Amino acid sequence: MNKRALESRTLIISVVFVLIAVIFTIRLFYVQVLNDKYKLDADNNSKRNITEYPARGLIYDRHGKLLVYNEAAYDLMILPRQVPEDLDTNSLCKLLRISKEQFIRRIEKAKAFSYYKSSIFEREFSSEEYAKFQEQLFKYPGFFVQTRTLRNYPEGTAAHIMGYISEVTPDQIEKNPYYKPGDYIGKSGIEQSYEEELRGKRGLRVVMVDVFNREKGKFAEGIYDSTAVSGNNLELTIDAELQAYGERLMQNKKGSIVAIEPSTGEVLALVSAPGYDPNLLVGRERSDNYSMLNQDELKPLFNRALMAKYPPGSTFKSINALIGLQEEVITPYTRFSCNNGYRSGRFHMGCHAHRSPVDLQYSIQTSCNAYYSNVFRAIVDNYKSTERGYGIWRNYILSFGLGTRTGIDLPNELNGFVPDVDYYDRYYRKGGWSSLTIVSLAIGQGELGFTPLQMANMSATIANRGYYITPHIVRKVANKRVEEIDSSIFRHETGIDSKHYEEVVSAMYDVVEKGTGMSARLDSIEVCGKTGTVQNPHGEDHSTFIAFAPKDNPKIAISVYVENGVWGSRWAAPMAGLLIEKYLKGKIKREDIELRMLEGNLIEIPKKL
Amino acid sequence: MRNSTSIFYNLDWFTIFLYLILVFAGWLNIYAAVYNEEFQSIFDASQQYGKQLLWIGTSVVLGIIILFIDERFYNTFAYIIYGIVILLLILVILIGTETKGATSWFEIGGFKIQPSEFAKFATNLALAKYLSTLNIKMSDLKTKLLAAVIIFAPAILILAQNDTGSALVYGSFILVLYREGLSGNFLIIGVITAVLFVMALIMRNEVFNFPFDVQVQVDGTLLLIILVALVCSFLAYLNRKSKQVIVLMVAVFVASAGLIKSVDYIFNSVLEPHQSKRINVMLGLESDPKGAGYNVNQSLIAIGSGGISGKGFLEGTQTKYDFVPEQSTDFIFCTIGEEWGFLGSLVIIILFMALLLRIMYLTTRQRSDFARIYGYGVACILFFHFTINIGMTIGLAPVIGIPLPFFSYGGSSLWGFSILLFVFLKLDSDRMKVL
Repeated sequence: MNKRALESRTLIISVVFVLIAVIFTIRLFYVQVLNDKYKLDADNNSKRNITEYPARGLIYDRHGKLLVYNEAAYDLMILPRQVPEDLDTNSLCKLLRISKEQFIRRIEKAKAFSYYKSSIFEREFSSEEYAKFQEQLFKYPGFFVQTRTLRNYPEGTAAHIMGYISEVTPDQIEKNPYYKPGDYIGKSGIEQSYEEELRGKRGLRVVMVDVFNREKGKFAEGIYDSTAVSGNNLELTIDAELQAYGERLMQNKKGSIVAIEPSTGEVLALVSAPGYDPNLLVGRERSDNYSMLNQDELKPLFNRALMAKYPPGSTFKSINALIGLQEEVITPYTRFSCNNGYRSGRFHMGCHAHRSPVDLQYSIQTSCNAYYSNVFRAIVDNYKSTERGYGIWRNYILSFGLGTRTGIDLPNELNGFVPDVDYYDRYYRKGGWSSLTIVSLAIGQGELGFTPLQMANMSATIANRGYYITPHIVRKVANKRVEEIDSSIFRHETGIDSKHYEEVVSAMYDVVEKGTGMSARLDSIEVCGKTGTVQNPHGEDHSTFIAFAPKDNPKIAISVYVENGVWGSRWAAPMAGLLIEKYLKGKIKREDIELRMLEGNLIEIPKKL
Repeated sequence: MRNSTSIFYNLDWFTIFLYLILVFAGWLNIYAAVYNEEFQSIFDASQQYGKQLLWIGTSVVLGIIILFIDERFYNTFAYIIYGIVILLLILVILIGTETKGATSWFEIGGFKIQPSEFAKFATNLALAKYLSTLNIKMSDLKTKLLAAVIIFAPAILILAQNDTGSALVYGSFILVLYREGLSGNFLIIGVITAVLFVMALIMRNEVFNFPFDVQVQVDGTLLLIILVALVCSFLAYLNRKSKQVIVLMVAVFVASAGLIKSVDYIFNSVLEPHQSKRINVMLGLESDPKGAGYNVNQSLIAIGSGGISGKGFLEGTQTKYDFVPEQSTDFIFCTIGEEWGFLGSLVIIILFMALLLRIMYLTTRQRSDFARIYGYGVACILFFHFTINIGMTIGLAPVIGIPLPFFSYGGSSLWGFSILLFVFLKLDSDRMKVL
């Protein structure tokens, strides 16, 4: 080869050098300037958004007793990228008390979520549990702890009112952009209805971390940081002592107790039995406990006070009396005869043995079926058409807050049911029904279905002689009275003159003094009430009682339902008496009755809890 | 005295200037890469940047010493230096210290010396000496064989130390041989072999269906052999009058088919699992962001997050917080990419190009073949390191642990490169003495 040809190879080699440099430049331009992926990856690597969870608002009862507070809990987090392959799995499993299979499953789950982002490995260790493994944690790279708060219920009562909180579902995150995975949200009770007040405001710290996830300082001098703001505290209308006493009375029974302060609509107690300890739905065992409660045949999670529908039974007779007086189809002195019941043609509705004829006073005191059949038919037939008469009657019922949501500040309240004209038109055909067809409404049977809350509200309405305030369970939000905030709390009128109420009230007083409700009678307090026996096609009848006391200027109105308790006088009335005594006097004198109530067991299946 | 002034007078100060800039920039980036709030003094000798400053100082002293040694020394003692280094390479296998799987270090009183970093210089010296001998012709088979022995002897010894990366550097001497008359066919064969090798790797696990509903399946290797056969037949057809070409094409086909078929074998039995994995990752055949691909992925993140102008000195989160491994040595370019951005990276590439092209230019003014060929060796070695090192940080080359010349932390490599370069500068400054 000649020299010149070889010299040209110097140039060729130089061109190869330059070619590589050009390739590198193009590649660098692509990686550094055109492509944004790596900038995001770098942030994921070294920037951590650390959420500062605010303390959820505390909850007190009406006397300032603490019902719910927060307790520190620790979520064990995992960052899969940093977990070394030679991790001492056995010792970690032992430390966390989980099986190897669980461990592997969770690692896989975390990896499936993200390799570079941390997720929860095991949630809600208590302070004691955390203390046990905290010192060892440094041996396991990729694992760290995030502080959370858990609810704690020192009284262990009012589970249905409190509700519970749990992690937000993907669905909820989609609906409400405030929530992020791992957040907690109220799932029922006031935790749900006052979620926005209770949750507070999340804080955020943006920090720089190194490859071992050690914090290396604030990102951008902390300009993106914000501090967490605690949630608002709530003061409930509930009287914790009365609530707990109600729950004790209802132990080993199914049913419900609702007590309302008539002048304010404040709910003093709201018991649904069987209940459960709200502390069960907190912490690591929540899901296990939840499914256990959920599968319990007695349905302890079901809030009967708001969600069970019972016919009102004879307690409803007071209302029919009021409507009859207002519609002027009867006067307090109108009398109807009763010969073991009500007869009309071939129709017969039975009644128990009592003297006849019956006036208003005595009809309530002795709970006469025939009297109210006559009254009801007179009300409906007072108008040209049955439909019109029935519509008028129905409107009175609705004005008591019956058959429609009371608007209490708790979720999942049931409407209740008062059939409308269309319902009967469909059921019997148009024109195919009369006041006689539906006469069982007169004595609170038939298609009627009201919640125990609605019944307590009805009792409060009678106590108020004609109006009620929207029942509510929260009294103050962050020391502000709820009436000032919540426009749904107002006075509802029934459209029945208060003079008519005096007649019914005095009759209800007689019920307790010398009628069917004598077991609710107290020496020092004038108690008014009305018993009821709710026909139950599935088993023993339900025992029910509505009451309020004192007769003048009432402080408490109450409804009691005891399922399968047969007569109102057997269970519901004595319980109502005890509750009134407890609330107004602070202690129980009639210990024999109390003992009988506490020991009573109306549940055949032994309780699992 | 006249003699020494003439050394500095004839010295190529431009190369010295580039050298100093690169070394200084390297030092700053090592400081940034290992920067830690606890040790803020840039001169702290307990930290890598403190030590690197020591290496830089001693390198400059070494350079000055080299400049004062008579240029005839290097030519005369080329084979002896080569022989000593070969002995050291053997010795290190026997009594060396193992670091990261490679037995390539002598440990003397706390300092570690890596003879393979000096072997490049010695091999270059010996090769230049041999090829500049009178009456040597590249076309002779004997010349080729002897040159190959000079190049491969140290390479094989380094391979035996389990330092594959450093051994591969010796492949760069093929460019020197090419410049000295080795047929370009060798380069072409080399490139074709590499291409076939890579294609065989990519296609060996694939199965292809024939188009047009023909119910035949071919595995990738067979398809590749068919393609080679088609290309060979086509070339043979174009030159159908020349028997030689037809024979050649048959030979090419047989060799290619053999290569393709043996790729499976090479991959499974010859290469270490971690080596084949790295190559697979680079080819995109495997994605393994936490294992073999972790380094490259983190490296790309660091460089890519630098943007146009970088995050600023000491502001690189990816390098400062140790997301990039080996960031002061093999992955030093990440620090440049992250903290100085595209513009900073470009400056470094331009500086290296300037150095390489300057050396190539300097070779053209040499009167002595020894100095000229030695110069090619310097350029080719630096070029190989530059290409592989930066190439691997930006995902264009497999992860082969070799340093970026003058940048990467390490005494042996800085000394080795400095000696390599300064000997050439010495030869260049004395070029007028050669008759």
